[in-house]
Amino acid sequence: MNNLTERFQYLITKALDGNLNSEEKVEFEKLISESKDFQNEWNSLKEIKEVTKSMKFKEPPQELWDKYWLSVYSRLERGIAWILISIGASIILIYGGFKLIESIIGDATLTWILKTAILAIIIGFVLLLVSVIRERFFLKKTDKYKEIIR
Amino acid sequence: MNTNEAEYSLLIKARNGNKEAYGEIVKIYMRRAYFSALTLLGSHDDALDISQEAFIRAYRAIKKFDINKKFFTWYYQILKNLCLNHLRDKFRHSINFSNIYELLENIKDNGQDVEIMVERNETKKIVWEALWKLPPEDREIITAKDIVNASYEEIAELLQIPTGTVMSRLYNARKKLRKIIEEMR
Repeated sequence: MNNLTERFQYLITKALDGNLNSEEKVEFEKLISESKDFQNEWNSLKEIKEVTKSMKFKEPPQELWDKYWLSVYSRLERGIAWILISIGASIILIYGGFKLIESIIGDATLTWILKTAILAIIIGFVLLLVSVIRERFFLKKTDKYKEIIR
Repeated sequence: MNTNEAEYSLLIKARNGNKEAYGEIVKIYMRRAYFSALTLLGSHDDALDISQEAFIRAYRAIKKFDINKKFFTWYYQILKNLCLNHLRDKFRHSINFSNIYELLENIKDNGQDVEIMVERNETKKIVWEALWKLPPEDREIITAKDIVNASYEEIAELLQIPTGTVMSRLYNARKKLRKIIEEMR
């Protein structure tokens, strides 16, 4: 891109937004009077700008704004509720699992091979769960691209 | 106490866990947040949901916020990331064009000729549709300048880019918009 084109881009942007000072205005008018391409670009972009600047987003009903904070607040509270439920559920699961293992080991009617199989499944499941949680946790802590929008 | 001082005081309280103070901050910025999200997402429901979610995330991370900086600039980074992730995750890159016209306010009847008014509204619809065919970042910058009427400096601060970059991005976005309009006509 040459300097003239770059200068024109700068000036046309300011012209479209009504930000040219008197010196720039003279410079810009000279540029568009000397080049048909610049003139055409100015006319077409000006036409679009006139439409876009007349646009407005429709204002939502007042009711939405009245309830906006209440909705944010409720969701904030619900977040805390979910954390508490998760903690409670985890404690119950761990306790239940411990009791289950205890009863399997203590059950004299089960053969040792069945006990081993059930325990292997339970331990395998726990290891899998811990592994997934650890991976997620460490990835979140060490992911250097986490701020980047993928 | 001026507006900045009042807001500073609310932010200090919010950082200390005062939800009521944070509520006041939300009330100050909710409109701007909603319309910013709407610009990127093109859906009323999504804009409402994501702008609120961004306020929730901002509250949870408020200890990381530098109290001497502008709250909305910081909040906007969270909001924009959420909006772009939402578009990416849900494969919603394509905007639902049947809904976008509901977001646009029609030209009011100021005693104009009905034919002229209808024609202007039609042109407006074409440009509006073309705007939603632009990539979100291009739509964002045109909307900020032409619809919200923000200055180059305000846009630069919000997008955290130099003023010169704002101008060149605006120029390129406008050219892309023109190309889409030409293809539509």
